[in-house]
Amino acid sequence: MGSGTSTRHHFAFQNAERAFKAAALIQRWYRRYMARLEMRRRCTWSIFQSIEYAGQQDQVKLHDFFSYLMDHFIPSSHNERDFLTRMLTEDRFAQDSEMEKCSDYESIEVPNSYTGPRLSFPLLPDHATALIEAFRLKQQLHARYVLNLLYETKKHLVQLPNINRVSTCYSEEITVCGDLHGQLDDLIFIFYKNGLPSPERSYVFNGDFVDRGKDSVEILMILFAFMLVYPKEFHLNRGNHEDHMVNLRYGFTKEVMNKYKIHGKEILRTLKDVFCWLPLATLIDEKVLILHGGVSDITDLELLDKIERNKIVSTMRCKTRRKNEKQMEEKGKANRKSSAQEPIPWFLPQSRSLPSSPLRFSSYKAHKTSRSSSIPCGGCLDRRELSRQVRSSVELELERYRQQAGLLVTRQKEEPSRSASEADSEAGELQKPTQEEWRQVVDILWSDPMAQEGCKANTIRGGGCYFGPDVTQQLLQKYNLQFLIRSHECKPEGYEFCHNRKVLTIFSASNYYEVGSNRGAYVKLGPALTPHIVQYQANKVTNTLTMRQRISRVEESALRALREKLFAHSSDLLSEFKKHDADKVGLITLSDWAAAVESVLHLGLPWRMLRSQLVNSSADNMLEYKSWLKNLAKEQVSHENIQSSLLETLYRNRSNLETIFRIIDSDHSGFISLDEFRQTWKLLSSHMNIDITENCICDLARSIDFNKDGHIDINEFLEAFRLVEKSCLEGDTSECPQATNAKDSGCNSPGAC
Amino acid sequence: MADEKDREEIIVAEFHKKIKEAFEVFDHESNNTVDVREIGTIIRSLGCCPTEGELHDLIAEVEEEEPTGYIRFEKFLPVMTEILLERRYRPIPEDVLLRAFEVLDSAKRGFLTKDELIKYMTEEDGVSLCRPGWSAVAQSRLTATSTSQVQVILLSQPPEQPHTTTPG
Repeated sequence: MGSGTSTRHHFAFQNAERAFKAAALIQRWYRRYMARLEMRRRCTWSIFQSIEYAGQQDQVKLHDFFSYLMDHFIPSSHNERDFLTRMLTEDRFAQDSEMEKCSDYESIEVPNSYTGPRLSFPLLPDHATALIEAFRLKQQLHARYVLNLLYETKKHLVQLPNINRVSTCYSEEITVCGDLHGQLDDLIFIFYKNGLPSPERSYVFNGDFVDRGKDSVEILMILFAFMLVYPKEFHLNRGNHEDHMVNLRYGFTKEVMNKYKIHGKEILRTLKDVFCWLPLATLIDEKVLILHGGVSDITDLELLDKIERNKIVSTMRCKTRRKNEKQMEEKGKANRKSSAQEPIPWFLPQSRSLPSSPLRFSSYKAHKTSRSSSIPCGGCLDRRELSRQVRSSVELELERYRQQAGLLVTRQKEEPSRSASEADSEAGELQKPTQEEWRQVVDILWSDPMAQEGCKANTIRGGGCYFGPDVTQQLLQKYNLQFLIRSHECKPEGYEFCHNRKVLTIFSASNYYEVGSNRGAYVKLGPALTPHIVQYQANKVTNTLTMRQRISRVEESALRALREKLFAHSSDLLSEFKKHDADKVGLITLSDWAAAVESVLHLGLPWRMLRSQLVNSSADNMLEYKSWLKNLAKEQVSHENIQSSLLETLYRNRSNLETIFRIIDSDHSGFISLDEFRQTWKLLSSHMNIDITENCICDLARSIDFNKDGHIDINEFLEAFRLVEKSCLEGDTSECPQATNAKDSGCNSPGAC
Repeated sequence: MADEKDREEIIVAEFHKKIKEAFEVFDHESNNTVDVREIGTIIRSLGCCPTEGELHDLIAEVEEEEPTGYIRFEKFLPVMTEILLERRYRPIPEDVLLRAFEVLDSAKRGFLTKDELIKYMTEEDGVSLCRPGWSAVAQSRLTATSTSQVQVILLSQPPEQPHTTTPG
């Protein structure tokens, strides 16, 4: 055995060396493991963000779609023309004298059986706390109290300046929260962890209270209640989602109509006014500026202070006054016509409500078109004549409104002080902001910071700009500020500093994309105005998961969303794949797959990295693309009698469809007639080059109308997509019509094989 | 001969695209640069498994003469392509890894406690194996199982093969 001290040392030394090597090896492996996790996490994040922003771009495209319609669509029948004008005008907003009705909430009876909270005004702190408790117990506030609260809220908001000035002298601490997006759990958590609002505890909520989450109404009720109870300590800023046009698409409108079937419409109408009266920004100690989106190189706080913020009802609109309007008025007077009383298409600049891309201020073609000399009465009109007729009658209304606007403008100047009642009547009339005013507001509600210097248009969102550290610096210097707090962007940790810690993004909706996707955070400012951040994740489940499990969960959700998107573009993908398969073997390389997918989807994602998750099996680095596409289809929704290519098209245009449906469904009943559905589909398909025959559309419409009463419940229709997806996940094998049926259906979908 | 050259070109082209993708994930300013501290993650996510020392050498190769804290894509690409072509820094086979754990587990218990692992990872005979902050990182990233047994990490190592996704 010979174990002298030297050999013992020798063994010890060898052992130590081996241990060292072993540890180094393990370390190497571990670092790689973590690196791969990190890469997956970032890819997942990109997926969610790119899909989200693509959705926002869609919104803009949709609005452009309507103006395209006005210019190019020639109605082929009297019915179509009526439909078009009915769809393109907003009679429902015509009578804003109905504003008076909101004070009619008193006439709403609350049944004795109602067990929810009852409010009386003026509100007391106990009422506000009771609201939180009630909502936690899943109770719903009665419509009467909702309207009452909204009415009182508006009265209060009207007195506030555009930029709220807050001082830390009076309250010991100020807490600033970011986007909540209808996630009530997060709000309750913040109050639980940080304490309820009080004279000693100020709060600023920085916009985007609604949309996406399911409790937007409840959040608004709580926030407004506290604002009324503690007006000096509780402050709200407007976000880009405090906007009824955005709400149409992102779920708030739907939530209200679902929860308040009888009074929902009234509530929405009142909310439209409340939203536009929300202050635009909050300034703490003249040092810290809090606003929802960001700033631009032209941001002018003095101008923002002075504008009438309620004139900007929606940032999706461009109801601006143009310089040469006076001239047009003179011209207009010369062309007096008998008015056909057609209301103005709501997307024209001079109409009272216009959802246009915030980036496009330019005039629309419509008001440049020739004013036709006369309107024929009755008789058979050819299509061009019809279209011209629509346009000319539109022009008439334009002139009328312009005149009124002219009158109103002068009256405005004579009476600088604005009383609440006058504001009411003006809201219904044509107060129009100037282009610059409108742009100032869009910039602060929509912009995002970027790392590079400069200021460029925010093409991803379709509104506002990207602003660099130099723009921030310039602004802070100009107004002698210390730093900026903004929200608007989801961050994995709930917050993020940038621009040399001069800009803080704070986002308070945890698990925004998916359970485990991100934390929420809020920031507290002490007397020295140093920010102190608190993070949280309002879901117990995530705390017990390992990091890898958390990432896997979120990743799976992202991949599901991505597969949906891929499916929705099956036809385009197929034709793109075929281009790489010159020999028609049915196979393409994985590299070609990546290139093809990006050229169709334009999401800018790292496809090669995601490939292993999206492509099941490939022999030899080659992919059988047709069977891959088939598999994608199998995972997706199925609907009896709907051909898969049509389904795919529906799917892809789902959110556009939903938005259009909601616009058509002007009484928010949730129903549209079969005819309206067909017309809508036809318009959409004619613009977006979707090749679907009349028969297909009819079949589709009929198949959706399950109870055959001539009406389609659009909520159910759209819900069907979600429900079937859910059931697919639960293991149902749905009968999905195979692509081979496409030939028999008469559908001419491009690329169907 | 020409055929082989073509094939190599295709392989190189594919590597280029892969490297570019991985790089872009960390290129936050979209100006073809990444923070030097992310280079390790990028290289590792491309399938390589360098030691810290090897990584330091690599970084020295791709850095500017006057280090700016950023690495440019133009410098990174050729170096990384070379690494992939030569199949350098291959990951450790699982059985070797298992033996490494067994070396550290001198008492042959079949597991290591979290504290032990951290200790081994961060120092050995007073020699620090890594940059400061590692122990904090390791602690927060290890599994949250209450018994803190390293056994769990090993068994749940992500597979080298791509996931097979089951439809529906």
